[in-house]
Amino acid sequence: MTLYFTREHEWISVEDGVATVGITDYAQAQLGDIVFVEVPPAGTAVEKGKEAAVVESVKAASDVYAPVSGTVAEANGALEADPSLVNTAPEGEGWFFRLTLADPAELDGLLDEAAYKAFVAGL
Amino acid sequence: MSDPTDSEAEAEPQTLPLDAWHRAAGARMVPFAGYLMPIQYEGMGILAEHLWTRASAGLFDVSHMGQLLVSGGQAADALESLLPGDIAGLREGRMRYSLLLAETGGILDDLMVTRRSDGFYVVVNGATKADDIAHIHEHLPEDVTLNHMDEQALLALQGPKAVDALARLVPGVASLTFMTAGAFAIDGVPAWISRSGYTGEDGFEISIPAEAAEQVAALLAAQPEVKPIGLGARDSLRLEAGLPLYGHDLDDATTPVSADLGFALSRRRREQGGFPGHARIMAEIADGPLLKRVGLIVDGRQPVREGAMVVDAEGSEVGRVTSGGFSPSLQRPIAMAYVPLAVAVPDGAVTVMQRGRLFAATVSPMPFVPHNYVRKGAPA
Repeated sequence: MTLYFTREHEWISVEDGVATVGITDYAQAQLGDIVFVEVPPAGTAVEKGKEAAVVESVKAASDVYAPVSGTVAEANGALEADPSLVNTAPEGEGWFFRLTLADPAELDGLLDEAAYKAFVAGL
Repeated sequence: MSDPTDSEAEAEPQTLPLDAWHRAAGARMVPFAGYLMPIQYEGMGILAEHLWTRASAGLFDVSHMGQLLVSGGQAADALESLLPGDIAGLREGRMRYSLLLAETGGILDDLMVTRRSDGFYVVVNGATKADDIAHIHEHLPEDVTLNHMDEQALLALQGPKAVDALARLVPGVASLTFMTAGAFAIDGVPAWISRSGYTGEDGFEISIPAEAAEQVAALLAAQPEVKPIGLGARDSLRLEAGLPLYGHDLDDATTPVSADLGFALSRRRREQGGFPGHARIMAEIADGPLLKRVGLIVDGRQPVREGAMVVDAEGSEVGRVTSGGFSPSLQRPIAMAYVPLAVAVPDGAVTVMQRGRLFAATVSPMPFVPHNYVRKGAPA
């Protein structure tokens, strides 16, 4: 499994050609209590850098961007019943959606874990 | 206040007397109304802070608000020329919610007025205080003095256990009832304390000299019932309580009738007039306003926020959401909106458009969560 990050605080893990996308622990801490998540249904085509999901904290709505282009294979239905999973397990059970990658080469432009940690440390 | 982080503070924000104290308590500070203010505290978060206040007692720093003293001469008459409330009839130690009105009848600010032995103590919104002071000053006769008490800090202790915590430190304070106030001392510090607030809960607002703010805040926060609570929860608490926030649910294009604040128009003043916008306001009372502020319960789980449009069947904008969010107590989205009079009735059906999506909502009586005030004569 390989883990990538964006400067917009999404993570993407790739295993056997399937990519799982969520928001980072840093992002959930910044947002605070999450009360609603809108994830794209299976079959939705998402485009790298474009809005793919919406996460609502008590205070505000934020867009979540697709780190890479692809087609949504599965949305995390558990978030509908318990959006706070994004707070408690942002890089685990609080994942947003799974993607079939359109162009695996797009992954090359993303940050690795060390680079993302360095990026966040500088914020 | 839908998102305190988006307030347009042009100048460098000022720091409050309790700035260092908030940071030591783990606050995340954001610019609001020209000040850096705590939005939430580490280890709690807005939901937990909100629910703590509803169950126990929350300590809020509201020192950004303006504390004014209007005194001398015909101070009551002077205030009545600017406000629609019965100020002359206020007895000492009694307070009233009122509105600073423009000549058009639009609302310049909402405020609290208390009669004290030394004059009328007025608390105004932080974001509007400079304009309020200029406006009031301009309209006061020469023998009436306006003093901006900017050397005073203001704390709010709110929640069902606020009285337990405060009465331990301030003997006699429990004898205050809702909307009454008096002079007390806390830990030797002179304090002007009112039984009032902005959360819908029982509670107190405590005015103290700024140099004693840390001492008093620390003493209050050391009580087992009390935790410091940020602006984020203050906003969700006041929304559940159905209390409008100036700059969001009220502005100078809104009249008291449209804002559904008719209770702030005292009967004697409605009949006698003599306040700005009287003719227009009386006409609106008679004919009904075009739009009226109501509460909305929104279907589903997704909040609608300030700025969302209320639309008709053709999708045309007919009103707007002025505050909206997720209610921690009710676990569902709620909002305040201005809607056409025809649907401004209980269970009126409303459609809201946000970011191109439609949401069904129902007009709900406010407060969304019942008030918990300690009124005179009510059983304890």
